[in-house]
Amino acid sequence: MGVYTIVLPDVGEGIAEAELVEWNVAIGDTVREDDVLGTVMTDKAAVEVPSTVTGRVVWLAGQPGDTLAIGSKFIQLDVDGQGNDASAGDGVVSDEAAAAEPRTVAETVPAMPSDPSPPTARPDSSSPEPEESLQRTSVAQRKPLASPAVRRRAREAGVDLRQVTGSGPAGRIGQDDLDAFIAGAGRPRAGSGRPAAKGTTTRKVVGMRRRIAEKMALSKSRIPHITIVEEVDVTELEALRSGLNGRHAQKRGKLTVLPFIATALVRGIQSHPGMNAHFDDEAGEIEEHAAVHIGIATQTEAGLAVPVINHAEARNLWDLAAEIDRLATATRDGKATRDELTGSTITITSLGPLGAIATTPIINHPEVAIVGVNKMAMRPIWDGAAFRPRMMMNLSCSFDHRVIDGWDAAMFVRTLKTHLETPALLFLEADQ
Amino acid sequence: MSVGKCSLLVLGAGPGGYVCAIRAGQMGIDTVIVDEMAPGGTCLNVGCIPSKALIHAANEFHKITHASDQSALGIKAAAPTIDLGATVGWKDAIVRRLNGGVEGLFKKAGVRHIRGRGEVLDGKTVRVFRDGGEETIRTDALVLATGSAPAELPFLPFGGKVISSTEALSLAEPPTALAVVGGGYIGLELGTAYAKLGSRVTVIEAEQRILPQYDAALTRPVEQSLERLGVTVLTRTKALELSDKGLCVQHADDGPSDIDADRILVTTGRTPRIREAGIEGLALTLTQDGFIAVDDRCATSMRGVYAIGDITGDPMLAHKAMAQGELVAEVVAGRRSRWDRTCIPAVCFTDPEIVTCGLLPDEAAKQGFDVSVGQFPLAASGRAMTMEAASGFVRAVAERCTGRILGLQAVGRDISELSTAFAIAIEMGAVVDDIAGVIHAHPTLGEGLQEACFAIGGKTIHV
Ligand SMILES: Cc1cc2nc3c(=O)[nH]c(=O)nc-3n(C[C@H](O)[C@H](O)[C@H](O)COP(=O)(O)OP(=O)(O)OC[C@H]3O[C@@H](n4cnc5c(N)ncnc54)[C@H](O)[C@@H]3O)c2cc1C
Repeated sequence: MGVYTIVLPDVGEGIAEAELVEWNVAIGDTVREDDVLGTVMTDKAAVEVPSTVTGRVVWLAGQPGDTLAIGSKFIQLDVDGQGNDASAGDGVVSDEAAAAEPRTVAETVPAMPSDPSPPTARPDSSSPEPEESLQRTSVAQRKPLASPAVRRRAREAGVDLRQVTGSGPAGRIGQDDLDAFIAGAGRPRAGSGRPAAKGTTTRKVVGMRRRIAEKMALSKSRIPHITIVEEVDVTELEALRSGLNGRHAQKRGKLTVLPFIATALVRGIQSHPGMNAHFDDEAGEIEEHAAVHIGIATQTEAGLAVPVINHAEARNLWDLAAEIDRLATATRDGKATRDELTGSTITITSLGPLGAIATTPIINHPEVAIVGVNKMAMRPIWDGAAFRPRMMMNLSCSFDHRVIDGWDAAMFVRTLKTHLETPALLFLEADQ
Repeated sequence: MSVGKCSLLVLGAGPGGYVCAIRAGQMGIDTVIVDEMAPGGTCLNVGCIPSKALIHAANEFHKITHASDQSALGIKAAAPTIDLGATVGWKDAIVRRLNGGVEGLFKKAGVRHIRGRGEVLDGKTVRVFRDGGEETIRTDALVLATGSAPAELPFLPFGGKVISSTEALSLAEPPTALAVVGGGYIGLELGTAYAKLGSRVTVIEAEQRILPQYDAALTRPVEQSLERLGVTVLTRTKALELSDKGLCVQHADDGPSDIDADRILVTTGRTPRIREAGIEGLALTLTQDGFIAVDDRCATSMRGVYAIGDITGDPMLAHKAMAQGELVAEVVAGRRSRWDRTCIPAVCFTDPEIVTCGLLPDEAAKQGFDVSVGQFPLAASGRAMTMEAASGFVRAVAERCTGRILGLQAVGRDISELSTAFAIAIEMGAVVDDIAGVIHAHPTLGEGLQEACFAIGGKTIHV
């Protein structure tokens, strides 16, 4: 066993620190490679930090709301093998974690020796602590400060008070703190029964989430949405895609379905230019854009980043694929620039494999249309004589009903459908 | 011989056992409690209650004696006399009433009480010997609460002139000269009482100081008071053997000397009652000091067998036993209870009284706390003055950076009543400002607690 430290990656150009928005894991959780560990926020975007290893979380760098320096220790995991610390090999590395613990998560320090079965004490916590940590750890932190009634309730609810943050004087844990823990992050350990959850947690809507909230409210309150859900048979598209991938993936990179949809969108806009527009309702003006700048909205729990593919109309399929891929990576790594995150004229939203049968996408104000991609599934389709298995994928498209009529919306969706069902059309110039 | 069954059998009806049984009964557990004595254990029969009764009687006697020659209050009384036999009778009546009270509580809680000597056959079976036969009882859970007994010194076995605390609580008359071997709280409480009843008392203590578990500041007022009462305190001195005159002792630096004594009270410690009840046969894990080792649920090394009270070792105090008893009842009832108390208050009913709760200043420092200490002398307390009890102080020990109260101590007349405030403050996780921000009734000794907390902030009002 070793300790593996993951540092907070550079999430944005020239940014020295980022706000921790949330943890997706808790101490004691086992995470796999690529699992999202937590989300941090720059002034541009919420960025998820994935795990690069598989292991068990032993230390977290702080609490949501804390500002963390880029390159500072973000999380530590117990991993099989040596870990990544220079000192890992000589068995000192666990001290690292132990030393780090009291700094920010005082409640997780090992139990008092008098506690015969410390439930969360790590097996290696008995190894001697470096002097540095001894100085920082006040003995007072060893035992959580809480009244007997709080301690009893915690015990009965299976809550380890060392994991609860006290908001009272000297860090005293009150009933409110316990309520918050039980309602929120509190995860009773396995086998500890199922306490009835009580209480509510209040969280400030700040940062990225707040901006998203404002934007959504603006869109939804200002724009009367009309949403059209259409079935698309993507059997051929999938065949084409896997054929292309089979032939070219090595050289040109793997194609997802997204560049095809982006291409179909460009084709659709060529015949329905009114869809690629901004509606300035205060000025009473519609701006139709010649250039197609497609925002790709990817919804995550923490928030939504919308990198923009500039001039999609000028890109071929592989170009689009490469750009989508580059932007996705940049966004994930927090390296997307402000330009890359603004200026879309129309948006595609996709929940990937979670994409449900239908969704009701909210238009990215001041745009007038949004294309929602639902998940693909093999379904039986009646061809007039028999049911045949077809790969189906629904599109859920919303339009600003003030400036787009249902008829036009339906026609636009039909164009998208046609192009996706007959993918050869994607490669013709204007087809209508 | 009959064979009975129950869910929970409690062996020993002291404060540990009886609380456990009553609580278990209240929770609907089929409970049997066995004791050879009247219920209440050491505490009620030969410990806390009788000793406090005797101390009270001695105080009253002393007060009147005091008034007969040098009262500052303007009270004049004739020199009193005491009929210690009658005092003991009064004390016994209190004890009997309390015995009956516990008995009634058993009934109310649906607990079956068997008066008899129990012997543990195995972790699930206890045989009870009583008048008119014996009974074997099978139980799902067994609680060992057999308490402790006075420890005997091999060279001063109990009998004749040599008595234990038990006999000291039922003497027919005060000894003329009483030697108390052991300067712990039991020896000093009883020694002080007899000094007030007119005995010439000598305390023999091997350590540097009496009450060595407390710090010198706390014990000094007690030492001064003993001196005023005419008690001879011999520290660094060991009892050797009986002599014609009384007791032969040896000071650490000097040769042996002889002490005049018609009674020798040995209070050098208490041993757990493990052997008598056949508990030995269970081969339970013991602590280094020979007590039964328990975990934070009071579970022993044997499944389904719990131990509580004095049998589990220090501190040997009735309220610790009670808390453990309650805990075990809950554990047996399937609740998720754990021992997680922060402090156990301790009171020494000497004159003046000492009460401690949580950490003493040096204990806190040893544990790595950066402490600040605030102290309020009772000499500055209006209430203490009106009680003619201005010696002593209240002290607060807090963590410097957080203000968290780590320990509270006091020494003073009637100061034991502050133990509740002390324990609540610490157990609730109070910080100095919490206590400073509570209105304390005036004039009371309790104001000293607030002032001690003010003192930590360097802003006492009355000093
Ligand atoms: C003089 C004196 C003064 C004290 N003053 C105080 C005080 O002021 N405050 C305080 O907190 N503590 C005081 N104590 C200590 C207190 O009395 C004990 O800590 C307390 O009684 C322990 O409770 P327990 O339930 O563990 O055992 P005990 O009270 O000792 O009870 C054990 C019971 O088990 C019974 N028993 C044992 N073996 C058997 C058997 N085989 N079969 C049947 N029954 C059995 C005994 O008869 C006894 O009733 C004092 C003690 C003494 C001696």
